[in-house]
Amino acid sequence: MAALRQIAFYGKGGIGKSTTSQNTLAALAQMGQKILIVGCDPKADSTRLILHAKAQDTVLSLAAEAGSVEDLELEDVMKVGYMDIRCVESGGPEPGVGCAGRGVITSINFLEENGAYDGADYVSYDVLGDVVCGGFAMPIRENKAQEIYIVMSGEMMAMYAANNIAKGVLKYANSGGVRLGGLVCNERQTDKELELAEALAGMLGTKLIHFVPRDNIVQHAELRRMTVLEYAPESKQAEEYRQLATKIHNNAGNGTIPTPITMDQLEDMLMDFGIMQKEDESIIGKAAAAA
Amino acid sequence: MSQSADKVLDHFKLFREPEYTDMFAKKKAEFEFPVPAESLTHAIEWAKTEEYRDLNFAREALTVNPAKACQPLGAVFAANGFEGTLPFVHGSQGCVAYYRSHFSRHFKEPTSCVSSSMTEDAAVFGGLNNMIDGLQNSYALYKPKMIAVSTTCMAEVIGDDLNAFIKTAKEKGSVPAEYDVPFAHTPAFVGSHITGYDNALLGVIKHFWDGKAGTVPALERKPNDSINFIGGFDGYVVGNNREIKRIFKEFAIDFTMLCDPSDSWDTPTDGEFRMYDGGTTLEDAANALHAKATIAMQTWSTEKTVKFIEEHGQEVVKLNHPVGVAGTDKFLMELSRITGKPIPESLTLERGRLVDAIADSSAHIHGKKFALYGDPDLMLGLTAFLLELGAEPVTVLSTNGDKAWAEEVQALFDASPFGTNCKVYPKKDLWHMRSLLFTDPVDFIIGNTYGKYLDRDTNTPLIRIGFPIFDRHHKHRYPVWGYQGGLNVLVTILDKIFDVMDADTNGIGTTDYSFDIIR
Repeated sequence: MAALRQIAFYGKGGIGKSTTSQNTLAALAQMGQKILIVGCDPKADSTRLILHAKAQDTVLSLAAEAGSVEDLELEDVMKVGYMDIRCVESGGPEPGVGCAGRGVITSINFLEENGAYDGADYVSYDVLGDVVCGGFAMPIRENKAQEIYIVMSGEMMAMYAANNIAKGVLKYANSGGVRLGGLVCNERQTDKELELAEALAGMLGTKLIHFVPRDNIVQHAELRRMTVLEYAPESKQAEEYRQLATKIHNNAGNGTIPTPITMDQLEDMLMDFGIMQKEDESIIGKAAAAA
Repeated sequence: MSQSADKVLDHFKLFREPEYTDMFAKKKAEFEFPVPAESLTHAIEWAKTEEYRDLNFAREALTVNPAKACQPLGAVFAANGFEGTLPFVHGSQGCVAYYRSHFSRHFKEPTSCVSSSMTEDAAVFGGLNNMIDGLQNSYALYKPKMIAVSTTCMAEVIGDDLNAFIKTAKEKGSVPAEYDVPFAHTPAFVGSHITGYDNALLGVIKHFWDGKAGTVPALERKPNDSINFIGGFDGYVVGNNREIKRIFKEFAIDFTMLCDPSDSWDTPTDGEFRMYDGGTTLEDAANALHAKATIAMQTWSTEKTVKFIEEHGQEVVKLNHPVGVAGTDKFLMELSRITGKPIPESLTLERGRLVDAIADSSAHIHGKKFALYGDPDLMLGLTAFLLELGAEPVTVLSTNGDKAWAEEVQALFDASPFGTNCKVYPKKDLWHMRSLLFTDPVDFIIGNTYGKYLDRDTNTPLIRIGFPIFDRHHKHRYPVWGYQGGLNVLVTILDKIFDVMDADTNGIGTTDYSFDIIR
């Protein structure tokens, strides 16, 4: 058996991270890879398309019921879905209380100690939004994910988040083995999106690994709680995800240490593409009616 | 009356003087708003009933007086067992003050240990700078041969990554790149002190065997005839480790004691302060990989370490704190089997002496009922010994023992006629124990110092065996392992039996017909 590949998907909230990762992993499974998905988002929506379920029972909710994580068995938390993909959701506390980051650490430790990774070719972590605290960096610690894939789009805030995530990766890349695998652009049909994504990738010292075009079939599949790969395997969009999966599969060892940029550099880049105008002091802080 | 320099009253006497007793009475009447004495008596009596016990055992969300400590305490214990090693706890200072005082109160020795002094800014920005400065200061000030890092809750909640932090600190020049800084994540809110011992010991062994966190090639095992010995978290480590070394020498076995704090917790007063003393050398810790086999004296205290050693190709003999004749027999026979050496005549003689001593005192122990609590391995060892003596360990309770542990205790009960009426209680605390002592009374409690409250509340005499023991001195200097250790445990139990017997028969002209010179 080949060595275990561990990858992680990061990206701004609402960018389509879970959708992209599940479709890509479904494509990898179709290629014969044995997959384990570890959802690290308190929303617990990283596995619904694979399991055809609303939301999976999470490690932490089951632990809260049982009294402690030590009282859980692996089979309680692991569900098997499409193409035998094994799924675990870490879960987290109610909004406003507790610490979701610690939840991620607790869940990953539990899975490792109980042999959840045995027999898998791929472990994929799906992590919420930004690297907001040490807990959400757990998947990029040494001996965890080797490559990080950042899902982004041509929107300013998505690029801003991608840059922040690159900063998080850099923090660990210097002392450990984690690398930035590349950017995945999930098309939002903003202006010059492909060019922007490629330019940002260049500045971050990585590459745009795939540009996933927007296609309504993704929504059709999602309404049925399915991946496109399962819902419409012959569709053009399924082929896109297969290409992305193949690129990721062949990308082992090609990750880079990212070179994050400053906010000014990011704004300069947007100006270069004509997306943002040079700062006009006269319009700052003016409401639409006044201007 | 104020204190006089000619005759200073200590706290035993001072607060019994009228000005204090009057003040306490006034304070109670005017400020404490106590419940009526009648309700108090009612509550105390109700807490003794079976009804209360059942409610107590139905408790879900509350733990009262757990018989366990937290992970970093065990990590400091493990680090203390290596030559010239400074335990370094990444977290806040208060936690580390607790580990130091806890050990110092038990061993009556200073315990060197530093913290990275995390404060609120570290909680917000992460503790990397504390690690960088902390390692640098520790290295410069205390000149240790090795710094073993563990963590407190605070560092764990914010998710500090020790591996990355230590590497970064080395890059920044805190300590030389090749300097040994093994580490272990030891969240205090997971498991207990035995989990922390396990994690920290594994951290050290992994560091030396598996290539020092990827900085050098992993060692390749070249098996030799040496034997490793791992004692586990053990309050009797000073006496026990010396006794174990004597046994190995009697056998003439080449051995490595992996984690040996017996000297650092027993430094002589001879005018020289020893910040570090004794301990497993770093070279021996690395070479332990090549050993023929490892003896794990307390398997529940070394679960992960044992697994790691097995995966590296060694046989591991898994014991559970053997105490007494059969327990020591098994330990020595396993030693003999894995080394091919016969059991020395001198030890066979010691065995005979222990059997003789047990026979001499059998009449007084036989049929006595005991309630015991403590760490899982200690409970297994003591339960087996009590059954061997013909005593009944009616209640065996552990806070950090789980269901699988309870099955092992039950198997001991099932194998002995004295175990018929005995029950094991995994994951329970001392408040559960208190109820049981009322509803299922026993002759004696066996436990650590905290059992003295149970003794007082339930009028059940406490025999102090376990960790910590704060209110009796020097117990840790006497082994409880080996035949000699079995004799010590026997005598500890007997002393209390006879003290109680004397106290019960000393009424002048009433009960003193049994106040005998000879017992």
